[in-house]
Amino acid sequence: MGIKLPGFIQRFWKWFRKPSHFAIGSILTVGIVMGIVFWGGFNTAMEMSNQEDFCISCHEMENNVYQEYVGTIHYNNRSGVRATCPDCHVPKEWVPKMVRKIQASKELYAKAFGIVDTPKKFEEHRFEMASREWERMKANDSQECRNCHNFEYMDLTTQKPVASKIHNEAEDEGKTCIDCHKGIAHQLPKDHKIEKAI
Amino acid sequence: MKGKFVVSALLAVCVSAAAFAEVTSLRGDQGIGEGNEVVAIKQVPKKQDRLALDYVNQPPLIPHSTDQVQLNPSNNGCLECHDVDKYRKSGAPRVSPTHYMDSDNKVLGDVAPRRYFCLQCHVTQVDATPLVENTFQPAGKFGQ
Repeated sequence: MGIKLPGFIQRFWKWFRKPSHFAIGSILTVGIVMGIVFWGGFNTAMEMSNQEDFCISCHEMENNVYQEYVGTIHYNNRSGVRATCPDCHVPKEWVPKMVRKIQASKELYAKAFGIVDTPKKFEEHRFEMASREWERMKANDSQECRNCHNFEYMDLTTQKPVASKIHNEAEDEGKTCIDCHKGIAHQLPKDHKIEKAI
Repeated sequence: MKGKFVVSALLAVCVSAAAFAEVTSLRGDQGIGEGNEVVAIKQVPKKQDRLALDYVNQPPLIPHSTDQVQLNPSNNGCLECHDVDKYRKSGAPRVSPTHYMDSDNKVLGDVAPRRYFCLQCHVTQVDATPLVENTFQPAGKFGQ
């Protein structure tokens, strides 16, 4: 070992490697309990950060995209099932969820520096922001849509004839929800040609 | 004397009745403490066939709900199915060629700005009876 580490690291390493005088049982018990507490605490914190109020508090959305969403079927409908922000914008699987959460922290920077804090600024950035989300959904095969709307579970015969026909084709062509269903919960960007597969 | 009394009593009744009639509020014949009667929102039927035209050049009625369609200066959700390049796939009625003409009758490549807001002329037909009686009779083949 050619590299000489600083003294405190060496001391810590020695202490870390030294067998303790505690019983293996106590070490295991403490370890397991701490593991449960930390893991549970981490997940609880994660759940807390997936609540609508929490989203609104740090992402620039309360006066624009949130207001738009409130009028749509995903917020207000006859059966009372509601898809809140994370249902569409945060993946359910653990690793993609962490990746998404870290990526989304970039938006906190935008909030702090007021990059999209006026309606005009928001509209100027809307296409860029929307495109990013569309690309993300395309890349994961609209996973968040499919958590509720599964192609395989859809009864195409009870859909409107057009919907049934186009869904059938879309399934065969391997299309994904977001290819057509853009702007269902928020306004579409201005002055841009929005490509929809239909 | 007795006649005078009767007349004045009758007059008093008439005047007070008239006064009472005058204070009917804009809400109609409802007590101040009572809530307004809320008329149920009319529903668009789930399945509705295309509706017949009642006269020539009538803007066809919309037989489906348009609640979730984005129709604003930045986007026209109607054209996603009804535009010339989409109607064959969607099976929706095609936008009439007149809608591509500007005020000088020049044909444009897109729906003319003056025809852009579909819901200005085309309205959704809800499941409702007419509010007022109407004796209009469509002529000839119209209305069938």
